[in-house]
Amino acid sequence: MTNLLIGTRKGAFILRSDGARREWKLAGPILLGHSVHHLMLDPRDGRTLLLAARTGHLGPTVLRSRDFGRTWKEAERPPAFHKAPEGQKGRVVDHVFWLTPGHVSETGVWYAGTSPQGLFRSTDGGCTWDGVDGFNENPMRALWCGGDQDGTPDGPKLHSVLIDPRDPMHIYVGLSQGGVFESRDAGSSWQPINKGQAADFLPDPNVPYGHDPHCVRLHPLAPDILYQQNHCGIYRMDRSEGAEWIRIGNAMPKRVGDVGFAMVLHPRRPSIAWVFPMDGTSVWPRTSPGGKPAVYATRTSGKTWRRQDRGLPKSHAWLTVKRQAMCTDTSDPVGVYFGTTNGEIWGSRDEGEHWSCLARHLPHVYSVEAAER
Amino acid sequence: MIVYIPGPLRSYTGKKSELQVAAATLDELLLLLDSDFPGFRFRIVDEQGAIRTHIKIFVDEEQVRSLGTQLRGRSRIHIICALSGGC
Repeated sequence: MTNLLIGTRKGAFILRSDGARREWKLAGPILLGHSVHHLMLDPRDGRTLLLAARTGHLGPTVLRSRDFGRTWKEAERPPAFHKAPEGQKGRVVDHVFWLTPGHVSETGVWYAGTSPQGLFRSTDGGCTWDGVDGFNENPMRALWCGGDQDGTPDGPKLHSVLIDPRDPMHIYVGLSQGGVFESRDAGSSWQPINKGQAADFLPDPNVPYGHDPHCVRLHPLAPDILYQQNHCGIYRMDRSEGAEWIRIGNAMPKRVGDVGFAMVLHPRRPSIAWVFPMDGTSVWPRTSPGGKPAVYATRTSGKTWRRQDRGLPKSHAWLTVKRQAMCTDTSDPVGVYFGTTNGEIWGSRDEGEHWSCLARHLPHVYSVEAAER
Repeated sequence: MIVYIPGPLRSYTGKKSELQVAAATLDELLLLLDSDFPGFRFRIVDEQGAIRTHIKIFVDEEQVRSLGTQLRGRSRIHIICALSGGC
């Protein structure tokens, strides 16, 4: 069965399919009224869920469920920056934005990315969290991330925490703003890997950091291959060929462009990926281009792209899919899913060829993750 | 002293809207409440020791911003979720 774990501006939901992925049943809301930026399953036990929440008034926290969402317990020590020395201004976690289970060999390890950009690690299944000082206290961090005006409208974010399946010490993160960074020593030290990405919003577009990756993906079976949907286009990098991003979005239709938030990969075939383009022209409406939503798929590592919109609204659908709100399952053929800012969940059980609306009238969707159990 | 708990925090206090607590300062009061209701304090006070943006705390009828505020035995403490918390 496929379960879609849905985080929204007003709580979380779980959408559960039948075996054929034809019928879907919605459960929830969980924590009605909380902004849930991410809800993730621990694939190492298949039942533990972690949920990142805050409300308009109350500060950020993380909750854990060990029974797939029936009961929840709050973290004893949620992610928080170190208290600053007297007289100095310290940083404050506004919200926990991203949750990633650790390496399969590291039971109980989780990573959290926050707004503003911070990286946190738990070694006890999300009960207590400590800052990854190699990033949070790095003397270069302020230069990498910029200031208060260098984030997204909803606050600067650390996202796309990616663990190399071959090596738990090898970690990638995406910073909006900041770029893509990697650590080969479990977070003690970091290096930017931004060569090849455009940064046309900066006076000097050839900077080593300061880029805006919206969503970075690492292929689980070919972990040298990275893709990203960036503020400035769609990119791919094959580490076995070097450390330079190649703009594969140039092959997208010019009338659509290659701006968007979300990008997902085929779980078995590294040449296949999907994006959900948005309008990044003029004042950046961040809606479907022309009000006509479509997924674009590549089966050629980005050399060619094909529009997939059968079943999607044909006009006047001015929606957006946020960076965590698109996912794939591991079935064959692969299911592709996305959630929209106007509270709809759409799914395809044939790799994007046909789409149907699985749920509507939900709050603004922040995240959609597939969990099979 | 009496502490009035707003609706969004009553999931921590077993739905109680009023609590009787004895403390010398606001900081001590919130630490005591956090001891009884784990997680309570961090939802309204950030890691730098500041009352969160959309939370207001009144001691008697005066709004306070410092956790060092002295309390009296008959103080009435209102924790308020401000109208600015979002739509």
